[in-house]
Amino acid sequence: MVIKMVHIVPEIIKESVTNHIKNGERTDGRAFDEYRDIIVEPGVVGKAEGSARVKIGNTQIMIGAKPQLGTPFNDTPTLGVLMTNTELLPMAAPNFEAGPPDENSVELSRVTDRCIREGQVVDLEKLCVVQGEKVWMVFLDLHVLDYDGNLIDAAVLGSVAALMNTKIPTTKLEGDEIVLDYDNMIPLPINEKALMCTFAKIGGELLIDPSLEEEEIMGARLSIGMAEDGSICAMQIGGAESMTKEEILKAISIAKIKTAELRTYLP
Amino acid sequence: MIFVEDKEIVIPGDILADEEYHSGRGTFKENNKICSSLVGLVAIRDKKISVIPLQSKYIPKRGDVVIGEITDIRFSMWNLDINSPYSGFLPASDVFGKEKKELNRTFDVGDVLFLRVVDVDEVKKVKLGLKGRELGKFRGGILINITPTKVPRLIGKKGSMINMIKDETRCEVIVGQNGVVWVKGEPSMERVAEKVINIIEEQAHTSGLTDRVRDMLAKFLGHEPEDTEPEENEAEEFEIIPIEIEGSDEIEESEETVEIEISEELGEVEESEKPDEIKEFKEE
Amino acid sequence: MNIIITNNNLSTGTETSARANNRAFDELRNLKIEAGVLERADGSAYLEMGGNKVLAAVYGPRELFVRRLMQPNKAVLRCKYNMAPFSVDDRKRPGPDRRSVEISKLTSEALTPAVFLEKFPRSTIDVYIEVLEAEGGTRCAGITAASVALADAGIPMKDMVVACAAGKSDGNVVLDLSEIEDKEGEADLPIALMPRTGEITLIQMDGHLTEDEFKKAMDLAIDGRMKINEQQKTAIKNRYGD
Repeated sequence: MVIKMVHIVPEIIKESVTNHIKNGERTDGRAFDEYRDIIVEPGVVGKAEGSARVKIGNTQIMIGAKPQLGTPFNDTPTLGVLMTNTELLPMAAPNFEAGPPDENSVELSRVTDRCIREGQVVDLEKLCVVQGEKVWMVFLDLHVLDYDGNLIDAAVLGSVAALMNTKIPTTKLEGDEIVLDYDNMIPLPINEKALMCTFAKIGGELLIDPSLEEEEIMGARLSIGMAEDGSICAMQIGGAESMTKEEILKAISIAKIKTAELRTYLP
Repeated sequence: MIFVEDKEIVIPGDILADEEYHSGRGTFKENNKICSSLVGLVAIRDKKISVIPLQSKYIPKRGDVVIGEITDIRFSMWNLDINSPYSGFLPASDVFGKEKKELNRTFDVGDVLFLRVVDVDEVKKVKLGLKGRELGKFRGGILINITPTKVPRLIGKKGSMINMIKDETRCEVIVGQNGVVWVKGEPSMERVAEKVINIIEEQAHTSGLTDRVRDMLAKFLGHEPEDTEPEENEAEEFEIIPIEIEGSDEIEESEETVEIEISEELGEVEESEKPDEIKEFKEE
Repeated sequence: MNIIITNNNLSTGTETSARANNRAFDELRNLKIEAGVLERADGSAYLEMGGNKVLAAVYGPRELFVRRLMQPNKAVLRCKYNMAPFSVDDRKRPGPDRRSVEISKLTSEALTPAVFLEKFPRSTIDVYIEVLEAEGGTRCAGITAASVALADAGIPMKDMVVACAAGKSDGNVVLDLSEIEDKEGEADLPIALMPRTGEITLIQMDGHLTEDEFKKAMDLAIDGRMKINEQQKTAIKNRYGD
């Protein structure tokens, strides 16, 4: 029998964190709209055509992008394909277990994927090699190494950095043959730098970039994906509690400023 | 022959001395050599050589006082996480006597308690108890985790370090021997205490810590450090300081907890901090 | 439709006669170890050896929830070796395969003799190794890193464990095979040992060696152990600002 270890937050911690927030403070001294320290390091894995290591506070994700030639989907014969996969590694937290992706890791993959796809980060049309037959499929693998809260913002920021760092070989059609020229690599065509900003609702207040402690006690979570022009490209609400319309609109206006700030960490 | 200096950082497998020395805590004997089994600081006292670990897990011992969190409620007991490879249990009979009561109306999952380790049996079942003057459930405050081996450093000689923190921040502070620390006071003062305790944990292996902590407290609290006589011998601070039962009388007790005088003598608690594990490490 | 790949950078395997970067036959690749790199894990280490990038994390001793694995008189040491999908040229499918399962078992057995498991009956010590980039010799890199992570977690051990492969490449017996030397070479011999006592805790071999070549290869690995051990020591001391 395998018992999943669930971390139960002590009542007095819940109380103390919530009281702090009600007094307009966070336990780590940050403002409600302040990110922790951010590090984005592109090109960290030589064997990946694109890669980045991202840290938000102590949360750390390694992202690798690997393009492969493949067959396009029937309904989009002229578009390249982006595949996002997340591993919540057992090394990242004491309660993560080895095994196939669970619902949390699938959610993280899909939210990241949606923000990048709908934000049109990659110009998928330019990834078509032979219409209906061969397109570039970019596999984006998110390797979560250390979990200290707010995986979503780190995942999207790191993924965009990795994609911006990705090189693909030039392709030529010679009769019935596709020639892949690895001596002449070109950058993956990037259109846009859509990023996400995540809010936690605790004690009726909204705060960005929740730490692990805050994430463990938050009632609701809201992630907003935004393109450079401030348009919204993805959104995801999570957690047991609800949010009001006003709260969501307020979060959008803050996300506009904060995603612009996050963008400055990209190379 | 001795191959290391006092307070030097060593790693597992490092040869410390020849057999003319005695093998202390954190060391073992192999082929007439005393070797370190840990990452830690060498402590040489006369002819005894020990290694004080820089990182460790709490292994429960009878008589220890610990801070634990209730993780589950069973038929006649509570299960507690005591920050250890071994979880503990608190029998309902310890709290209610022979009366039958609903357990979750007294202590519920997520409650944090100050307890004593009553017994650790052969299969590592850790029986906890609340019989003791300052034991019971915490209300309010915050929790800080430190490495259990650094608890004596946090307390300081005769409680010097912990008393300084208490006096300066006007917080109640209770230190469990399992490395869990409870602090209660003004919310801003709690955070100051938390910062200082984390720094003590980080720098536990360095000298002159008490003075630095004094300066730090002064800086955080925005006043000049008071002139106190400089610490007499910093080197002494690396000794394994006997732990004192930390606790304040003001801690609220659960109504059901019967007040009984501390059953064990202080001496027994001190005993548990002495290097009593040497035998297990010796490989003759 | 045929796909043709042109890549002049692909190595042909002929350059192994002289080792890359003029490496001597008994010389290790560049080795860098850092201890305490992760926040949540009880102990951790990051290691670079040549083009290998490996991360090791340790949790424990902690409560073991799988009762059938529980040992009444000692802790169990469980190990998971895993390769990131982006760590190799052709993307590796995520999840365990037969190779990683075998390496996990061997790694756990290579580390076990060094750990005082009897100190923590009925508990578990979990070791996780993530290969972030692979360039030949990842199992050895993983063991060397895991040993640092165990020490960093404060787990009592009678010695560190260091690991390195020796082997035969282009007719020569050499230490610390690179990826190309491993692929093109005649034999690969990963060895793990405790540096102080020289006790061997892992040995694997594939390829073909004469008895003399085998002895020579084993001696190379044994002689190379102290250099690796020095790096382990430096990594741990640096963590405490020494």
